[in-house]
Amino acid sequence: MKLTEEQVRNVADLANLALTDAEIGRMRRDLEDILTYIEKLNELDTSGVEPMAQVLYPAGETATLREDRERPPLGVPAALKNAPAAGAGYFKVPKVIER
Amino acid sequence: MNLGERSIDSIRADLLARKYSARELALEALAYAQAENPKTNAYLTFSPERALAAALEVDKKIFAGEELGPLAGVPIAIKDVIVTRDVRTTCGSKLLEHYIPPYDATAIQRIENAGGVIIGKTNCDEFAMGSSNENSAFGPVRNPIAPDRVPGGSSGGSAAAVAQGTAVLALGSDTGGSIRQPASFCGVTGVTPTYGRVSRYGLTAFASSLDHIGPFAKSVRDCAALLQVIAGRDEMDATSAFAPVPDYTAALGGGIRGMKIGLPREFFENLESETGDLIHAAVDVLKKLGCEVRDIRLPHTPYAIATYYIIATAEASSNLARYDGVRYTTRSKSARTLSEMYRLTRDEGFGAECKRRIMLGTYVLSAGYYDAYYLKAQKVRSLIARDYAEAFEQVDAIAGPVSPFPAFRLGEKVNDPVAMYLSDIFTITGDLAGIPCMSVPCGATRLGLPVGLQILTRHFDEISMFRVADAYQRASN
Repeated sequence: MKLTEEQVRNVADLANLALTDAEIGRMRRDLEDILTYIEKLNELDTSGVEPMAQVLYPAGETATLREDRERPPLGVPAALKNAPAAGAGYFKVPKVIER
Repeated sequence: MNLGERSIDSIRADLLARKYSARELALEALAYAQAENPKTNAYLTFSPERALAAALEVDKKIFAGEELGPLAGVPIAIKDVIVTRDVRTTCGSKLLEHYIPPYDATAIQRIENAGGVIIGKTNCDEFAMGSSNENSAFGPVRNPIAPDRVPGGSSGGSAAAVAQGTAVLALGSDTGGSIRQPASFCGVTGVTPTYGRVSRYGLTAFASSLDHIGPFAKSVRDCAALLQVIAGRDEMDATSAFAPVPDYTAALGGGIRGMKIGLPREFFENLESETGDLIHAAVDVLKKLGCEVRDIRLPHTPYAIATYYIIATAEASSNLARYDGVRYTTRSKSARTLSEMYRLTRDEGFGAECKRRIMLGTYVLSAGYYDAYYLKAQKVRSLIARDYAEAFEQVDAIAGPVSPFPAFRLGEKVNDPVAMYLSDIFTITGDLAGIPCMSVPCGATRLGLPVGLQILTRHFDEISMFRVADAYQRASN
């Protein structure tokens, strides 16, 4: 499995990672190795096999629905306590819209 | 004070006999854990205030003659991916170095309601991604048995804490072997319960279709007792199972004559010879105890790692998207725009292995590749689960090695991701199938490195797993 640096940069963009040039080179080699290893799965014929998205066990269709009742929320101060920047009860981020 | 010889029962007896108070035990445990920590780096944070408050509650009950909870006064260490209110929870990541959670995980609430005393948070691979604990942003954990070697991962600190005698019990998390492999490397008992048996509310999400919380202890009995406390439906986790929780410890202490144990041929390939010899010796003990041992096949085992590294990384790439510089304490100082805030925060914050997995997961989910990778892997996952279902038509439990080799040296595999991933070859299938599985110590190599025997059973049949492991542990002691 071969990857170009362009492809790696594209994936980094999708993942919102600002990788350095050195990281891109190393990442390309590592991903190639791992993807080559993963190609092993193509040895298996999986036509007609249902995908397993979750471990399932017998339960009623609505078993996981909880009772709809009021509960105390976490609260704004607690929710903002770990924010790198906050003010007036909100998370603060760099300006998105220019005038 | 080294807690290595203590158990839940012995602590309870000592407390009731007034040999020491829960407060005295907590203080001594904390002092010992802090003094020993430079040797292993097993703990990232100690929680003396919380421990002493919990111990005080236990002492009040003893004084008042009230009934004690099942974990009364027992010092417990918690893997640092499980959130603790007002106690720093780093996930082994620089990104969360200063994160103070505003709530407790359900498992934490249940432990403290049962009288457990949480003494600290243990080191682990960053966001539980790793097999050696070398991916922690706060330095690796050293194996207490052999300090030049890894403790295993990702729950390396929890396994080391119990092995070192700085905690009687510990919680870990297991997504691809992260409880059993460090348990085997450190010579302690570690349990991955059935998927859904323990609520993950408050477990930092890595790969949601695979993540488990589970116990570490010296003995099978203490693991069973801790699982008893944390297991059961929790409405805060929709994936937690409704199945009633049986009395695990009541099922222990008996014989296992007539039980059918399967040995998967695929688990005995590519095994280091000393590890193989110890596993075969353990199987001989099971035969002496009257088990009927059969050869079985789990033919899709060789595909497990490839399957896992698609599913786990795909889910991780999504789960780790939340660390974007907005909510979780860390934001790049050089970011000027919103886009730079996301990208630079993540580049500066995540370690190499997290980035590798985010990249791989993003790649396999990206346009045009979904069917070839993620869907394909989910289909192979079905085949792996079917292997187990068919095997359990013939046998009551499956036994084999936890890892193909014992603890390796620090740095030995750090530059070869595929070689590192291969150390999880025998643990990953249990997670993919969602069945209960555990590691119980079965001796050591000539160099003194512990080896773990793995026991796996049907969904929700923790009882059979504990019975086999407990009978083996009593017979081999």
